[in-house]
Amino acid sequence: MLLEVERLEAGYGALPVLRDVTLAVGEGEIVAVLGANGAGKTTLNRTLSGLLRPRAGEIRFDGTSISRAEPDAIVTAGLIHVPEGRRVFARHTVEENLLLGAYRRGREHRHVGLARVYAIFPRLAERRRQIAGSLSGGEQQMLAIGRGMMAEPRLMILDEPSLGLSPRLVDEMFDLVGSLAGSGTAILIVEQNVVRTLDLASRAYVLENGAIAMQGEAAALARDPVLRRTYLGV
Amino acid sequence: MSTALLLPALIGGLANGAVYALVALGLTLVYGVLHIINFAHGSLLMLALYAAWILWAAMGVSPYVALPVLVPLFFVLGYGLQRWVIGPAGHGRETNVLLVTLGLSIVIDNLALAVFGPSTRTTSIPLATRTIDLGVMYLPLPKLIAFAAALVLSGLLWLLLTRTDLGRAIRAVARESDAARLVGIRVTHIHAATFGIGTASVAAAACLLLPSFYVSPDAGYAFVLVAFTTVVMGGMGSFPGALLAGLVIGVIESLSGLWFGPSLAPVGIYAVFALVLLFRPTGLFGARA
Ligand SMILES: Nc1ncnc2c1ncn2[C@@H]1O[C@H](COP(=O)(O)OP(=O)(O)OP(=O)(O)O)[C@@H](O)[C@H]1O
Ligand SMILES: [Mg+2]
Repeated sequence: MLLEVERLEAGYGALPVLRDVTLAVGEGEIVAVLGANGAGKTTLNRTLSGLLRPRAGEIRFDGTSISRAEPDAIVTAGLIHVPEGRRVFARHTVEENLLLGAYRRGREHRHVGLARVYAIFPRLAERRRQIAGSLSGGEQQMLAIGRGMMAEPRLMILDEPSLGLSPRLVDEMFDLVGSLAGSGTAILIVEQNVVRTLDLASRAYVLENGAIAMQGEAAALARDPVLRRTYLGV
Repeated sequence: MSTALLLPALIGGLANGAVYALVALGLTLVYGVLHIINFAHGSLLMLALYAAWILWAAMGVSPYVALPVLVPLFFVLGYGLQRWVIGPAGHGRETNVLLVTLGLSIVIDNLALAVFGPSTRTTSIPLATRTIDLGVMYLPLPKLIAFAAALVLSGLLWLLLTRTDLGRAIRAVARESDAARLVGIRVTHIHAATFGIGTASVAAAACLLLPSFYVSPDAGYAFVLVAFTTVVMGGMGSFPGALLAGLVIGVIESLSGLWFGPSLAPVGIYAVFALVLLFRPTGLFGARA
């Protein structure tokens, strides 16, 4: 397994959020994390990318422990977290955002990376000199993903990438995630769009109050009556 | 008022203002990126004035020649201070950091007092007494050098911030520090580098000031008060704001000195300062609240 998380505990100050979380993502696999608002999905992502220190448990990436690693070392190892709410550098140009995505990579990777991202997102190429803050929400999401791609990660964590996108852009976004995985990048995706996500992912975990409540093949979970009632209201 | 008096005052004011701007740029950069007010800024300026003075007194090195040596040296000093003193002592809390920089300034000031005593020291380099004939006035050469060098250095700093990887990373940390960490930027390193650049800019200002100024343990205060005013007037954290406000303050100081007498020159500064804040509470280039 590319990412292995064992008995992870994390939280903020005195507040525990994640309890005994164990999960794994294989090479090139798409894995979904579902859960209600406040379940701890973002907290999980922040812990995996090193923004939050785990209190207990173990995170291994490609066999090496990253539980105590700084975010820059985790980026270098090939794990990229595209955060909730896009978090583009609003006063930087589109191209500068992308270049910052390749911050830990050598200069020789930049041109290839830019060409690759611009080929996938022609809109970003058109707007390369524009300030990122002036882009639409959908374009900013594309930029956030493009910035993540610039690091050429082995695992990309996406935190609610479809949030606030128009239906057409949601389609584009899910297609993109599929093709990223097709080209060998493993994906850990957090989504509220349960149907689409289970359709895309091979496996999924359901977080409830910071603990894994359900897990399994995505197709099986999509048919699970409990999950359907809780997250789809059917 | 005749232009014969006005023009020289204007030009002299611009020359002072460029140095004020350089001192303020370091302060506003540190504020914009680390979100702290660096109370040690004036003390670091004083330290740089002594460093330049020592090089002159001990080895006869002109402050202009010392500049390219002291700028990198003070970058390293500032980097180290932030990385290993201010940062760790502040534990990430902004109020703590404020107190740490205040404490640091007290330590530096008293060290200077203990080592050099309270007396005022000056340099006498031949260049400093030369003047340039501008037609309307004779401008002391050190003023002209300070003006030109301060503008060039500000321009270089702007290029550093806008055109280099380090500059991009500094601006990223200033506004989106979590996202910056997620692309692999080491925030502690960027904070230290920013503090280093701020310290290097006071070192540059010190080298430009010393030939026509003096140094004593309290020499920093004269400038730091003006620098704080400049930063607030320009808009906290704004680079173009600090540059413009520095020049404006230099000119106003000079003009009000002309009209009300040198001892009342600061009155003009604070009158304009109050006016600016009345109409633009966040400063000339500040974000709207
Ligand atoms: N910075 C913080 N400080 C303190 N508590 C926090 C912080 N961020 C989140 N929490 C709390 O941690 C819990 C989990 O939050 P988290 O953001 O991980 O949930 P989430 O599953 O991502 O929710 P959402 O679907 O709304 O994004 C919540 O109770 C939240 O209030
Ligand atoms: Mg969340």
